[in-house]
Amino acid sequence: MKQNGSPSKNGTALTLTLDGERVTFSRGETLYEVAERHGREIPTLCYDPRLEPFGGCRLCVVELEGARNPVASCTMEAQPGMRVRTRTAALEVQRRILMEMVASENRDTDVDPMHGYASQEMAELLDRYDARTGRFEGALSGTSRPDDDNPFIKRDYENCISCYRCVRVCAEQEGDYAISVMNRGFHTQITTEFGGSLKDSACTFCGQCIQTCPTGALGDLKALANKDVPGETETTRTICPYCGVGCSVDIMTRGEKIVGILPGMDGPANEGSLCVKGQFAFDFVGHPDRLSTPFVRDEASGELRPASWDEALDFAAGKLRKVVKDYGRRAVYGIASGRAPHEAAYMMQRFIRAGLGTNHIDNCSRA
Amino acid sequence: MSNPLADMDKPDVIFCIGTNMTECHPVAATRLKKALARGAKMIVADPRRIGLAEIADVHLPLRVGSDVSLLLAMAHVIAREGLVDQAFIDERTTQGEDFMQHVAQYTPEWAAEICECDPADIEKAALLYGGADRGAIYYTVGITEHICGVDNVQSLCNLALMTGNLGREGTGVNPMRGQNNIQGAGDAGALPNNYPGFQTVTDPAHQEKFHRAYGRKVDLETGMTKVTALDLCGDGIHAMIIDGENTLVTDPDRHHCEHALKSLDCLVVIDIFMTDTAKVADVVFPATAWAETDGVCTNTERRVQRLRAAVPPPGEAEPDWWILSQLARRMGWQGFDFGSAKEVFNELCALSPLYNGLDWDRIDRGEYQWPVPTRDHPGTPRLHEERFENGRGIFKMLEYRDPEETISDEYPMWLTTGRRLPQYHTRTQTGRSDGIDYLLSEETLEVHPEDIVRLGLEDGGWAEMSNPRGCLHVKVRATTKSPKGTVFASFAFEDVPVNVLTGGGYDPVTQTAALKACPVALKPVGPPPALGQVGAGSPLGASVL
Repeated sequence: MKQNGSPSKNGTALTLTLDGERVTFSRGETLYEVAERHGREIPTLCYDPRLEPFGGCRLCVVELEGARNPVASCTMEAQPGMRVRTRTAALEVQRRILMEMVASENRDTDVDPMHGYASQEMAELLDRYDARTGRFEGALSGTSRPDDDNPFIKRDYENCISCYRCVRVCAEQEGDYAISVMNRGFHTQITTEFGGSLKDSACTFCGQCIQTCPTGALGDLKALANKDVPGETETTRTICPYCGVGCSVDIMTRGEKIVGILPGMDGPANEGSLCVKGQFAFDFVGHPDRLSTPFVRDEASGELRPASWDEALDFAAGKLRKVVKDYGRRAVYGIASGRAPHEAAYMMQRFIRAGLGTNHIDNCSRA
Repeated sequence: MSNPLADMDKPDVIFCIGTNMTECHPVAATRLKKALARGAKMIVADPRRIGLAEIADVHLPLRVGSDVSLLLAMAHVIAREGLVDQAFIDERTTQGEDFMQHVAQYTPEWAAEICECDPADIEKAALLYGGADRGAIYYTVGITEHICGVDNVQSLCNLALMTGNLGREGTGVNPMRGQNNIQGAGDAGALPNNYPGFQTVTDPAHQEKFHRAYGRKVDLETGMTKVTALDLCGDGIHAMIIDGENTLVTDPDRHHCEHALKSLDCLVVIDIFMTDTAKVADVVFPATAWAETDGVCTNTERRVQRLRAAVPPPGEAEPDWWILSQLARRMGWQGFDFGSAKEVFNELCALSPLYNGLDWDRIDRGEYQWPVPTRDHPGTPRLHEERFENGRGIFKMLEYRDPEETISDEYPMWLTTGRRLPQYHTRTQTGRSDGIDYLLSEETLEVHPEDIVRLGLEDGGWAEMSNPRGCLHVKVRATTKSPKGTVFASFAFEDVPVNVLTGGGYDPVTQTAALKACPVALKPVGPPPALGQVGAGSPLGASVL
């Protein structure tokens, strides 16, 4: 995450002029960040707020008084007194042409939103600039990799625009450096070391490349497998169920089915990062092996058999009462889970303490 | 953690010990990688050449269980070179002088005999950490799961105290918790020595407080730990209620556990799957899972966050708190009439000084890190900033102790255990998630190539691994990730139940099991007859743990 400095050394506010309006900014902010903060919707395709500015797509150009040509606002640091225009007729024409050209290299200009978090960015800009003209139609750039048999990451580079977001998120955000770039210009190809499959690279399948891809060239194969599940996609913010880092995730559901996971980009613990488990290991929830009814051990057969809640609760309470009667209240022990919520652990200790008056309670942290 | 996760990209020098963070806490590790990209230095102490070691400036491949000797020697060098923070020692600690005298005898050469690291590397690591303006220590159960787990942690505290690396940005002594709510289980009072909020049960004032809250007086003596309780099954402990733990598979010495649970008059298990532990229960209650349960969890940096239900549970599954409160009512007890997770959590907040300033609605966005003692308190991202909670930081005069069991002619190899990135614990969840087995479908024993030759094993062949507690067969993989003399396996796969072998003692203070250092014998064997049914694409029936 980039650090923004103090307003200025002597404490007075720094200002510049944005579309004729005097606005304040902090030292270290880029023109793009200042403009965004003041409600300007500057188009961009290579920008991810978590990554270093790249200046590759040229869509975020703005007019800066004194500069000969428009400048990329994402790489230009704000300076006091700058006079900036973000949306002139000339800029909008330039952006439209750029969008027409970008789209011309891709097989699809519309992809299913299940591809990933940012997958609609290009389609939305094409609509905004009314740029589905087909004026520059020609060869497609990028070679897809249907030969990569991994079950998580679709590598459909015929829809790649070479924004390098996947390469950069893998390097800067994950520190894995699994993805790289081959060739130049129209022949630019996103690839891995030695051009093999992701499994044979340094890839950890965290899914960050999928989530930052603005075109759907990379896609979440597990979510895409659910793209025809009926219903609107809803999201629910929660916390990943695995390790103790506590990453925020948004569970995507349709009806009663989990159809995929999105990283919580504003999650305080993870700031948008996830690992392979948080991103992809969710199907245990609706798995057919799940227990859906209580079981009691049948007195006659000695086997566990399904039972109603009434029967199972009475059966358990009866057995526990008998142990208390035969051996005393200190003969009962409770083990809480480090995987269930607070309420589970709290209720287990309440059961033991308020119910039996002992401290015979522990959790699973000793092993 | 003493410091927030956000501090992890801020240290000048990072010291990771007993933590395989890129596999076990991958998202936290990304922050360390950012610090390295910024120019920070990293020391990694781990017997294995783990992912972090590959990107470290110094890797100390210590022998399993020898941490105290290494850390004493690092303290020796820091003291000898005058890299101590004398102002911090004077203002905030006690027994600093005694400690400096104590460590004078523990030279890197002395430690090298025990921990098998190069004395020059120990020196280098000590100079790096001691010379840092911001030095941060990170550890996981590679530190705690030893008979000297407490000594290991206190050795790390000694280093932080002598260099003043506490209470400031980018510093601290930071345990990485391994389960999504293991911190919260302790916070909520599921401990034999503490009420909710770590209020000791031996304090009559706390007893009185909970007597008033619960309407029943609770014993003034500390309860037994789970380890003791398992030892006493059938002999003092006759009933257990186990929630969401596959005790038989995750605990050390499986045969002992099995015997213990089977000698109970009553075993109640609450879980989401029919685990091996559930299979030996008298009653099994079906719980709602993650994504089906509203609730609260606390992460490794003490951040209190909301869990939200997104889908309905299968069949008649119910939340754990509901099951336990219903069971309490059937026991005939009063005061268990809770209607929602919110009511339960708010009662906890009212009784825990760490959570007094919180309630269900206030934690909606997860911005609070405990302690949050009052409603107007902003939370505590960083502990020990102005002072230590219990007065002064105390230096501990520690001595090195051998593990309870050490290698011998009969059992000449160290087995150490852990996790691997794609699979979590005993695979109850990741093993049932599509695609994960593509990345890792079977367990292999990591063995140094020279050991493979010495022991007559074969890369890709099979080995029998045994000790007096048990025996198992495992496929062998040659790798220099393991040091000579030490082998590694995870406990994820049911067909390689490494915990039939572990169980060589416990820390005397915490009774944490020594899962990380276990002498074993290895010899070549043929492949198992059922080979071909194991591996990618194998059907996951109820028998999978």
